[in-house]
Amino acid sequence: MAEETPWQQSLRYANRANPYPFYEELRKTPVARQPDGSYVVSTYREVVQLLHDLRVTSDPRKRPEPDQPDNPLEGSIITVDPPQHDVDRRRMTRHFGPPECPHMVADFEPEIRRLTAELLDQMEGKTRIDLVDEFAFPLPATMICKVLGVPLEAIPLFHDWIETALDGIDFGPEANDPEQQRRAQRVPDAVTGIRQFLADLLHQYAEQPGPGMYSAMVNDDGPEGRLPQDVIISDALLLLFAGHETSVNLIAHSVLTMLRHPHVHEQLRHQPELLVPGIEEFLRLESSVQIWHTRAALEDIDIAGTTIPKGAPLFIAYGSANRDPERFENPDEPHIERPDNQHVGFSQGIHYCFGAPLARLEVQIALGEFLRRVENPRLVEDPPPYRRNQIFRGPRHVLLDIDGIRD
Amino acid sequence: MTVPAMVAEVVRKFRANARIVIVGASLAGLRAAETLREEGFSGPLTIIGDEPHEPYDRPPLSKQVLKGWVPADHTKLPRLREVDAQWRLGVAATGLDRATKQVRLEDGEQVPYDRVLIATGTRARQWPNPAEAALEGVYTLRSRDDAARLQQALAARPSRVLIIGAGFIGSEMASVCRELDLPVTVAERGSAPLVGALGGVIGEIAAEMQRDHGVDLRCGVGVSSLEGDADGHVRRARFSDGTTVEADVVVASLGSIRNVEWLEGSGLASGFWGVGCDAGGRAFDINGVVTDSVYVAGDVARAPHVLYEYQFLAMEHWDNAVLGAQAAAHNMVNLEPHYRPHLLLPGFWSGQFGVNIKSVGVPSFGDEIVFTQGSVEERRFAAAYGRRGRIVAAVTFNHGKWLEYYGQLIEESGPFPPPPPGWDRPDDTKPIPAQFPELGVPTAIPEVVLTGHDPSERKAVFRPRR
Repeated sequence: MAEETPWQQSLRYANRANPYPFYEELRKTPVARQPDGSYVVSTYREVVQLLHDLRVTSDPRKRPEPDQPDNPLEGSIITVDPPQHDVDRRRMTRHFGPPECPHMVADFEPEIRRLTAELLDQMEGKTRIDLVDEFAFPLPATMICKVLGVPLEAIPLFHDWIETALDGIDFGPEANDPEQQRRAQRVPDAVTGIRQFLADLLHQYAEQPGPGMYSAMVNDDGPEGRLPQDVIISDALLLLFAGHETSVNLIAHSVLTMLRHPHVHEQLRHQPELLVPGIEEFLRLESSVQIWHTRAALEDIDIAGTTIPKGAPLFIAYGSANRDPERFENPDEPHIERPDNQHVGFSQGIHYCFGAPLARLEVQIALGEFLRRVENPRLVEDPPPYRRNQIFRGPRHVLLDIDGIRD
Repeated sequence: MTVPAMVAEVVRKFRANARIVIVGASLAGLRAAETLREEGFSGPLTIIGDEPHEPYDRPPLSKQVLKGWVPADHTKLPRLREVDAQWRLGVAATGLDRATKQVRLEDGEQVPYDRVLIATGTRARQWPNPAEAALEGVYTLRSRDDAARLQQALAARPSRVLIIGAGFIGSEMASVCRELDLPVTVAERGSAPLVGALGGVIGEIAAEMQRDHGVDLRCGVGVSSLEGDADGHVRRARFSDGTTVEADVVVASLGSIRNVEWLEGSGLASGFWGVGCDAGGRAFDINGVVTDSVYVAGDVARAPHVLYEYQFLAMEHWDNAVLGAQAAAHNMVNLEPHYRPHLLLPGFWSGQFGVNIKSVGVPSFGDEIVFTQGSVEERRFAAAYGRRGRIVAAVTFNHGKWLEYYGQLIEESGPFPPPPPGWDRPDDTKPIPAQFPELGVPTAIPEVVLTGHDPSERKAVFRPRR
């Protein structure tokens, strides 16, 4: 058996907590061909370049051999190209941000604060907490329900489906292990389950409009009309899932990073105004979306001394680009006031995360209140156990010992 | 003491004790001041501005301010750091004496300097007939006060607004008038709006946009006179084709004039196109020799650009003011080899008639244009400009997220026409002539211009050796 490439090694579950040494190897070949013919782009410059390249498609259906497993997000804006992408994206953003809804995110601030306070209040009297289950997960999950109009009772249900689907997707050398195969077999049912749930919910809103983006989307009478029936569920799924998973991981990783670097924790406690750049730095260091897998070259593309052949699938390694020493000085160290921190944690170009303003606000409030109220938090185990998924990388649990909760 | 140590000591002392004067208190002046302090300059710093206001942001003036969304005095520029400067606001500089190293002010005061930055920018070209220009209801738009006055005039709901000149500012104002549901006539001597900056092909599209939004657009005509009523208020404009238009607000949007008059006699390479300087912001004297103590930044600067055959480029753009000022300020308090070049790829944006227009590179450097993405009909597209087989600029209508791609192609001297996209190709992808007008009429002067190699008011005498 041939030796594994740095890319393959970085994807192994055992390396989930620390893929960075393998990324360092990977960046020695900025655009690296893999044994299966796909190309991995791992350096900042090349990642940015390809995110803006007109010859790159995000739509797996345009590949010569669409050999990927069924795409649960098929037809959603993250896996289609212009012009459809642009129209559909506007059909959603018009219910979320400027120019039509300029106050939407800001108006959620009191709710985010209330929820954050409530979650911290519930920790009173405890000496050990699970940061993920008790804080990092419930806040964004509840908020995305409110933003979209999903009943809060459904959280355990969709959480389970999403977890099952994420566990079953593997791009690495372990994809063919029997255990992973079993996980993969559970994916279609989970996807069917959540899609059916969303179909019912959207149908309900079509009959009886209610609060939130889902209702606005199905009842839209905007200039470009409604999202087509065949993609609206994929887009609804994308919003639900991308709208909280990434924030969960960012909150967990931010606390993890602070506690691993006590001087950073101290600095932020004394200068809470640095939270805003601080969170950008945490996102650079531990990117919530480590890789993205749906892009492919539609033409031969000359880049970084190689030619990506027409048709080749591309993996964009955001997590590696964000630690590229050619772009970020001392990339493995958190530097809260890092100048010119143009990380790609929210991607770039037309697929730039449109939920970024909500994510930033949630994490800024969550982390600010955590810093202010949680007394003497200590990591119980480092590294904590990680979730399996390679794209949406984050800890499954982060156990903390604490001395108490301040008022 | 080693030589490098001595040099370092010289720089340290200079940063502690030198006197620096910035002439011009707008975006470039402010950012330069901040950069000087950021670089460790702790000596006395004087900022001179002819307007009484602290530095403010101009782009909103023709948009949000005119619409009445934002009061004109709510446009103050954010301060990026303390500058600890002596502000001399409301007093214009009237002269630069390089022999005694002093800036002369209109109140007679002389401000001595060791380094001076010229950031005096431009002003609006006034309606050429002074009596007509003095009529009530005739406006120009450049400053905060201009914007406040014009906003009031628009809020009073005039029966018709006449805008003379359909460059970016003129077109943006026309767009605001339509948003306010005011009848508006636009008179443009060129063949179409934006033709100087973007050429005739794009100009045609801009013209359609204006007409679709109910603008009474008249191209290829000049305004020959403005007529007032007995109270001295403008009422009518007479056009070169003999027609007239009744309007009680007239805005002359005839481009800008660089504020260089105060430099007369300074021996600098200053003239119609601004003050010549190297790519590091160091001013040239009239002989084309670089000076050591005079620097230039912002709208008033013109410097050779490596990407455009080292032609002198003048850029009246926001990022040029910021980045040019930062480079010049850095160079003011550093020595070779630590000089920094200002190698900006020009870029600008405009918002009009619901369309976001953005450009990168120098469109007027190209002679051909090709549509590369999207749909002209739907007003969402990208187009590239080319010259001799290489891409030199690009423009986007509601497609700004792709500019980065074109910017990189331009920086790499990429091919023209550029490789076609993998999706969303326009119907017609054949390059066609870009149709830039000959320079001549004032409104045909684009905001990025290649100004050739000759300062227009050269006073140096060249005597070849016999």
